[in-house]
Formats: sequence, structure tokens, C-alpha cells
Amino acid sequence: MRIGVVTFPGSLDDHDAARAVRVAGGDPVVLWHADADVRGVDAVVLPGGFSYGDYLRAGAIAGMAPVMSAVVDAARGGMPVLGICNGFQVLCEAHLLPGAMLRNEHLRFVCRDQRLRVENAATSWTSAYGQGQEIVVPLKNIDGCYVADERTLDELEAEGRVAFRYVGENPNGSLRDIAGITNARGNVVGLMPHPEHAVDALTGPTTDGLGFFTSVLEGMAHA
Amino acid sequence: MARVVVDVMLKPEILDPQGKAVHGALTRLGFDGVASVRQGKRFEIELDGEATPEAVAEVERAASTLLSNPVIEDFVVRVEAGV
Repeated sequence: MRIGVVTFPGSLDDHDAARAVRVAGGDPVVLWHADADVRGVDAVVLPGGFSYGDYLRAGAIAGMAPVMSAVVDAARGGMPVLGICNGFQVLCEAHLLPGAMLRNEHLRFVCRDQRLRVENAATSWTSAYGQGQEIVVPLKNIDGCYVADERTLDELEAEGRVAFRYVGENPNGSLRDIAGITNARGNVVGLMPHPEHAVDALTGPTTDGLGFFTSVLEGMAHA
Repeated sequence: MARVVVDVMLKPEILDPQGKAVHGALTRLGFDGVASVRQGKRFEIELDGEATPEAVAEVERAASTLLSNPVIEDFVVRVEAGV
């Protein structure tokens, strides 16, 4: 199974994302922001970092990068796409997911091991988890405050599209403690915390993040 | 040549922690009588030609697609006179 990892100028976590794919048993494929297509991959990860320096708004310029037209088309066709941190911001800016990210409510950069609850274990990227399972993965960002209007938030809740919620103290002011969401079809998932940094006991706080990558590989094996 | 200015501001209902921090700093520095501060962005766009209605409409399209995010921001486009 070939999983593309997009590198934008300013991406930081593309190598860790590729490594997580490998640890889970998949073949990572390097994709470049200026590519016109996604090289026939089976899924795409948009990694964390500060694409294009996060100039204008976090993820705004990356959301309109050449490769994103291909990613948006493929995602609308059902291909699994995971956006982590900056990648989540890119998915929002590219209108694959609703809402937007603001500066953290307390204006400080947060870097800590974060407890999350899996609120939807039926997406392409969460099927390896149990519904309601709690996991701990790193969180590190300054623009992590998820916002959307009340109607959108109610819709997300009603349709089970809140994929992850922060457990304990809300780290950034995100509305309704939302850490990650999914689209209606469940193939596109975005979250602020970093599962790709929690796939190896040597370097991560846990290996709880591995399930994202085994979920999508397992799903494709049965497709 | 004409200049078109696009002002982008967070929507009134969106919390602006940066504006709040600036407000706090102003108060600390003794600038009294400030009720609140909201922080926004200003883009100055120099056009190749005149600010025809078509050219301004194109800037409005840019403002709504790239320069602002309609989920959290409003924008105002105006042609600057006498550049």
C-alpha cells in the first residue's frame, strides 16, 4: 500500500509521517507541493509544520498549492486523506473540512503529551481504535484553536463527525474541546495532535499513534 | 496604475486573543481610555492598469478566496485615490 506524504516548503514532520507509514507496514511515497498529481498513491498524509511560513494564515497558501488540487479531487473521490496539525489547517483552508484554526486562546505555543478520546472509530484513519478509547500523543502548535459557527458545530456533533476530543484541560481554547474532525464520508480526517510522533516507544510517549496508519492500511487491504 | 486596499478583520463574534494582548500592553504602558483592540491585516495591491470595475471585482475575488478566510474573517475592498 502506497501512502503519499506531501512536503510543502516549511513542512517539519514529513519524515516522521513517512516513518510512521513504514512502521505500520506501508510504503511511503514522497509528494512535493508543486506536483500536479499524487503519483497514484492509495492515501495521502498532509504533515505538520509551518507550510509557506504560515504566512497569511496557517495552511492558507498550502491549501492552494498545485498538489492540493489533485489531493482535493482524490479526497472527493473517496481516497483517505489525513491532515496532522498544519495538515489539518491545510484541509480546512482547502475546504475539505469545515471550520478554521485561530491562535491559541492563551497565545502560547503548546508542546505536551496530550490525552485524546476517539469519538469516531469508524473513519478510514481510526478503525483500529475502540469507540471512546483514550490515547496519548504529542501536541505542539500555536494556531490550534478550532472554531466554526454554532450551526456547523451542531452538525458535526449530530453526524458523529467530531473524531477526537481533548480529555482534561483544553490546551488551546478549541470549541467543544474538538481535537479532530472528519468529513461526512469518513475518508478525510484532520487533527491538531501528532499521532506520527507516537509510533515507537523509543521516541514517543506511547505507540498510541500507530493505529492511524494501521487503520488505513487495514481498510485498503479489505477494499 | 491604481492601488486597491483590502482590509481583513476577524468577524466580530470571533475572539481575538492577539488584540486582547495588545490592549493589555497598552493599558500597562499607561495608554488610558482604550476600551478594546481588534487586530487585522491590510493588503495594498498595486494594479498594472486602472481600477476598472472588472479589476476591482477581480481583487474582491482574491480577497474572498485567498486574502481572507470567510469562516473567521470579513474584508473590505476600496480603491485608493490619487496614487
